[in-house]
Amino acid sequence: MTEPARETPAAVAAGGGGPPHGPGAVRAPRSAAPPGSLTAGLARIGGTSIFAVQLVIACAAAFARPAIIVQQVYNAGARSLIIIMLSGLFTGMVLGLQGAYLLSRFGSENLLGVAAALSLLRELGPVLTALLFAGRAGTALTSEIGLMRATDQLTAIEMMAVDPMSYVAAPRFLGGFIAMPLLTAVFNVIGLFGAQLIGVWERGIDPGAFWSQMQSAVVLRDVNEGIVKSLVFGFVVSLIAVYEGYYSEPTAEGVGLATTRTVVASSVLTLLLDYMLTAAFM
Amino acid sequence: MRATRTLEIGTGFFVLLGFAALFFLATQLPQGGIKIGGGQGGYGVTAEFTNIGDLKEGAPVALAGVTIGAVTGIGIDPQNYSARVTMRIDSKYNQIPDDSFASIQTQGLLGGQYVSIDPGGSETYLKAGSQIQMTQPAFVLENLINKLFSSFASKPAEGGQGGAAASGSASSSSSAGKADAQGERH
Repeated sequence: MTEPARETPAAVAAGGGGPPHGPGAVRAPRSAAPPGSLTAGLARIGGTSIFAVQLVIACAAAFARPAIIVQQVYNAGARSLIIIMLSGLFTGMVLGLQGAYLLSRFGSENLLGVAAALSLLRELGPVLTALLFAGRAGTALTSEIGLMRATDQLTAIEMMAVDPMSYVAAPRFLGGFIAMPLLTAVFNVIGLFGAQLIGVWERGIDPGAFWSQMQSAVVLRDVNEGIVKSLVFGFVVSLIAVYEGYYSEPTAEGVGLATTRTVVASSVLTLLLDYMLTAAFM
Repeated sequence: MRATRTLEIGTGFFVLLGFAALFFLATQLPQGGIKIGGGQGGYGVTAEFTNIGDLKEGAPVALAGVTIGAVTGIGIDPQNYSARVTMRIDSKYNQIPDDSFASIQTQGLLGGQYVSIDPGGSETYLKAGSQIQMTQPAFVLENLINKLFSSFASKPAEGGQGGAAASGSASSSSSAGKADAQGERH
């Protein structure tokens, strides 16, 4: 993809043919196959994979400008903090209610801490954070880059002899990749306190039993599983968001479609990978 | 300039919060995690059991129901084929008599198993490397159920017609046994 990227400014500078928003200018990879067909799906998977490799290579160059990465960590992470914390709190509170209801049937309400910690650390934390992250930060990334594409900003950056992969795409990808595990950890901690809040206040479970049972049942492996999951989800969701934006159709409709695709693809992939990772960790 | 400062503060806050949460998860939740401020210190003792049942590494060691340590290792003693359980007991519980009695108990009906220590009356205390001599193996529910069923099965055999029929079918040819089985099925 870097070779055509070098050619495009030359073609534009020479006043080379075709409309400025034509597929030649945006290098849309999904040009040949009709949308929705098997070939189009294959092309999308292949395009994303190739893009992933290019993105990882471009990340090395992106580290030369840490200020841009910090900006993107702020955009993807700090700005998602409120929704993540609120969702974590309510998820934990629901876990507290449902867990206490279920466990009280077996007379083991003291295990609420274990139930809440394991379900949050291993499943709910990484998965819900990834889904929320795709909706909150992924869509923002896609539409931002897509709009840059539609308004020819990416071409302009190329014309200034700056590689948009390492200047636009890679910092945004890295921002999401860095933010995701941290957001997951925040989600888990807030969720645990939410579960404790309900378990202790509402259901009268002893807070000491809640924590000590949890500490005796949770092992470092459970924490690691959550972290590995959040790293994988962060990689996938950020990759899809940046890819869809980078190769969106340079129209208002195209950017909208690309944003939708980001949410759909990253949600489905998150749940699919979640199953595979859970099976691998068993 | 002002915008950059807000951004830096926001990012710093977020990253700090995230790492604090990660640190909390890795250190405070798991038993295998890094314990901050004591807890890890302690002394190791061993005990040999004829059967440890479902005991797992990391299971609690309790004295009078209070957790005082954890099981750190489970192995086999090659001399007498018994299970050798090593435990780490928190160093603040350093006055446990060395003639204490260790047994494997179950938490609740369906809970996990743990090592329970009943203190003896000795004046000398357990120290690092000492072995608890008196132990009671795990209470295996299946064995009890087997005993229960075998006692049910043997009761009618002791007297009455049922016993006679059972012994008769056992000693007679297979056709009689088959008929007996069919009779039971109907």
